[in-house]
Amino acid sequence: MKSRTINDGEMSTAIATELLALAERAVELARRAGAADAEAVAFEGEEFAAHVRLGEIDELTESGSRALGLRVFFEAEGGQRTASTSTSDLSRDGIARLVSGAADLAKVTGVDPFAGLPDPEAFGSLSVNELALNFEDVHAIPSAERIEMARRCEAAALAADTRIQNSKGSSFELNMSHRVMVNSRGFAGEYRRSYCGFSVTPIAQDASGAMQSDYWYSSARTSRLLDSPEEVGRIAAARALRRLGGRRVPTCRVPVVFPPEVARGLMANLLHAADGEAIYRNASMFASKLGEQVAGENITLVDDGTMVFEHALKDGAKEIKLRVGGFGTSPFDGDGLPTRRTVVIERGVLKELLLNTYTARKLNMQSNGKASRGLAGAPGIGGGNYFLEPGELTQEQIVGEVKEGLFVLSTMGFGVNVVTGDYSQGASGLWIENGELTHAVEEITIAGNLKEMFRNVSAIGNDLEFRGAGAVPTVRIEGMTVAGS
Amino acid sequence: MMAAVPIFPPHHDHKRYFFETLGLNERLLERCLGEALSAGGDFADLFFEAATSTSLGMDEGIVKTAAQGVSVGCGVRVLSGERTGFAYTDDLSAERLLKAARTAALIASGPQTTRVKGFQEAHAPQLYPLVGAIPDVEIDAKLELIARADRAARAFDPRIVQVRVRLNDVLRRILVAASDGGFASDTRPLVRMDVAAIAKDEHETARGSSGGGGRVTLDFFTGAKSPEHFATEAARTAVLQLGAVAAPAGEMEVVLGPGWPGVLLHEAVGHGLEADFNRKKTSAFAGLIGQRVASSKVTVVDNGRMPGRRGSLNVDDEGNQTQETVLIENGVLRGYLSDKLSARLMGMPNTGSGRRESYQAIPMPRMTNTYMLAGEDEPADIIRSVKRGLYAVNFGGGQVDITTGKFVFSASEAYLIEDGKVTAPVKGATLIGNGPESLKHVSMVGNDLALDEGIGTCGKNGQSVPVGVGMPTVKLDRMTVGGTAR
Repeated sequence: MKSRTINDGEMSTAIATELLALAERAVELARRAGAADAEAVAFEGEEFAAHVRLGEIDELTESGSRALGLRVFFEAEGGQRTASTSTSDLSRDGIARLVSGAADLAKVTGVDPFAGLPDPEAFGSLSVNELALNFEDVHAIPSAERIEMARRCEAAALAADTRIQNSKGSSFELNMSHRVMVNSRGFAGEYRRSYCGFSVTPIAQDASGAMQSDYWYSSARTSRLLDSPEEVGRIAAARALRRLGGRRVPTCRVPVVFPPEVARGLMANLLHAADGEAIYRNASMFASKLGEQVAGENITLVDDGTMVFEHALKDGAKEIKLRVGGFGTSPFDGDGLPTRRTVVIERGVLKELLLNTYTARKLNMQSNGKASRGLAGAPGIGGGNYFLEPGELTQEQIVGEVKEGLFVLSTMGFGVNVVTGDYSQGASGLWIENGELTHAVEEITIAGNLKEMFRNVSAIGNDLEFRGAGAVPTVRIEGMTVAGS
Repeated sequence: MMAAVPIFPPHHDHKRYFFETLGLNERLLERCLGEALSAGGDFADLFFEAATSTSLGMDEGIVKTAAQGVSVGCGVRVLSGERTGFAYTDDLSAERLLKAARTAALIASGPQTTRVKGFQEAHAPQLYPLVGAIPDVEIDAKLELIARADRAARAFDPRIVQVRVRLNDVLRRILVAASDGGFASDTRPLVRMDVAAIAKDEHETARGSSGGGGRVTLDFFTGAKSPEHFATEAARTAVLQLGAVAAPAGEMEVVLGPGWPGVLLHEAVGHGLEADFNRKKTSAFAGLIGQRVASSKVTVVDNGRMPGRRGSLNVDDEGNQTQETVLIENGVLRGYLSDKLSARLMGMPNTGSGRRESYQAIPMPRMTNTYMLAGEDEPADIIRSVKRGLYAVNFGGGQVDITTGKFVFSASEAYLIEDGKVTAPVKGATLIGNGPESLKHVSMVGNDLALDEGIGTCGKNGQSVPVGVGMPTVKLDRMTVGGTAR
């Protein structure tokens, strides 16, 4: 099989060469077994995790793993039959079974006119070097120092207040992953990504004996961007302490303020509803709503798999610029198409759906590079980084305008239905009275319908910050039902 | 309450696969354990796993997905006091196994103090079929099951516009060898069918889902739990939701139907009683043994020994036989669920509750099948006793904050109760309560105990394991319902 490397990234490391050889071998064997097309993904990961609790090491994990996934397509009258297999057994026999298993399974699947690899002209990869996803410095942190960072983080949380005497512990994690994808239509791509981070979850306890916990964290692709462990520990402590004394409130209808950590999950529902697979199945409140107003005019939501952030770092007296790829950034999607920036919702209008090759064909549209591919199974839909365009107000101003309402600290449960838009979640938070945060509230629910909630966003903050793949500033939603006592 | 039990052979030599097919031998296991203890650890174990999973999916009337996954590997764990060192490998060569053992060993620092004891193989009675379990069944028979479900869901009502059926099965073989001489192996079949349906009329669209399975043979799907049963349930709930009214908001009387609503117990008390949280005093239930945490009508057990059940295990993932453990007896908290580490550190019995998602994960105390024993009330009397309340018969899932004890579970099929009668279906709503308090409000317990149909998956610290839940019809005098209607 001939493959052409689309990446500019050097495929020179020994691991890249081995993974590429594994993937190419699987594709070639599949072709020999009669597949019209085949696609293989080879993965290698390394993980390190240290968990510290009350100053002592609790758990230490260090390991690496490899695995291979294969998709095959067989020609049939009116379309293609497809199947997929994956294995962690990379021996000769293991790969032979991977291929024969896929070929056997493909015999039993139905003919699907929409199945198949993308057209070769659609393939592509962004420059791996430009995306700045891999930083070798994460390896350079000695094990003892990794453990020490977790310990310092927890110690700062425990020292913050006498009401904090216990902890669920603190973790330091490090991951490196290497991914290679090859297909029989000439695509070959690879990238490595690095990750390191730490977090802590202290427990605060008041005189009544009631306990509250909360967490805080710092994570980055390079150790140079990690926050100070002490700072993270102090923030976690403050977050646990403000939950003490939580009580219920009577059932009422009030404005609800979602700070960034909670707003991120809420606004991600806009993306779930714009998922091409949910759309063609009629399993979304946005089905046949493309081009229509689905949210307030203040809502603009972007999905962007290409983001690279520029950070200014102090290096002694001088300042240096460091470019680092986002947590949701990758050079190509799970079908081998280049990732891109997509304005999904612009001023409340549903402008684009999230599409992979299959769902695009089903909807008679073009893929916009949102295929997500694990090792097993056909690609699903998965965006890159996402964000809600920020507004002008500070969080303080957004709270300050509320006479009586709820500031949500966390939600829990599975009460979100993107088919109907019905939203009902357990919540904890702080009660707002006359524009001020007052006492903690807990054991309440917040409910509404997403279709209305997205139209009733009455304020959007200026506090947009990427702490993960998604970033959403503080938002306030009018007229939600809080159920309590 | 249990269905007729298929006859399984009492014992089986599960380890043969690892020795004959994967080339392991006792000498190698002893060497690895010796290496794992070389830096002074006081306990070590090896967990070998070989799993093959198959997934078939029918979508829009076409078998669109067929996937198979093979996962083989070994996790090496070393305990040193309260510390755990862990490493895993997906390469079972002697060289890589010994390297993983050396990595895990470094949790301790000192000379070797513990010797590896001779292996004492444990034989637990067999709770699931060895022959004819679903993973062995011919693929055509599996395809027939999903095609039947697809047809039945579509035939249920013209408003059903989309049907998706999945059949997932896995055959998981495990072998545990420990430095204390513990040695056990198991072969675990598991299957689950899922049906999802979308209903649409001129006004709205709604979804419904159903599913079930267990550690069973094909016969499971020939009885009451046929593909048509699951398909009809999914289609019925989707159509029902088309006309649903807004759920009520606030505190009210709540009646939970039998079976899957037992997820209440899993969240409200189950997780809070896992020993690791109590050893670390991070659970709202810490220090409450012997105290009243529920009404006297409530007795809750966790039982890993129910033949064919999704949550059942011959042995846990540390090689100990599973058991029936009483968690709450007549309202009083009796015990925790423990694994080797927590049993040793807390000086309490090991309940055989050590479970792990895979060889890549560290074991911890987990539930198996958790349910409330039947009471004496007639379900019809329970409904009749409610003036204004909610009757919830099916749920999506639940979640708990073990530190505060606050838990939620989200109703997917529920009705209003007005003047003792079940009336209008309501839209989905989340129910919220406080673990150590909520069950004190249980005022009636039905005589109709049922377990769920075999769909539960429990997540804890990022690890998923299959579980079961169950409950008779139960009335809670007070619970907060998170709807939007006043």
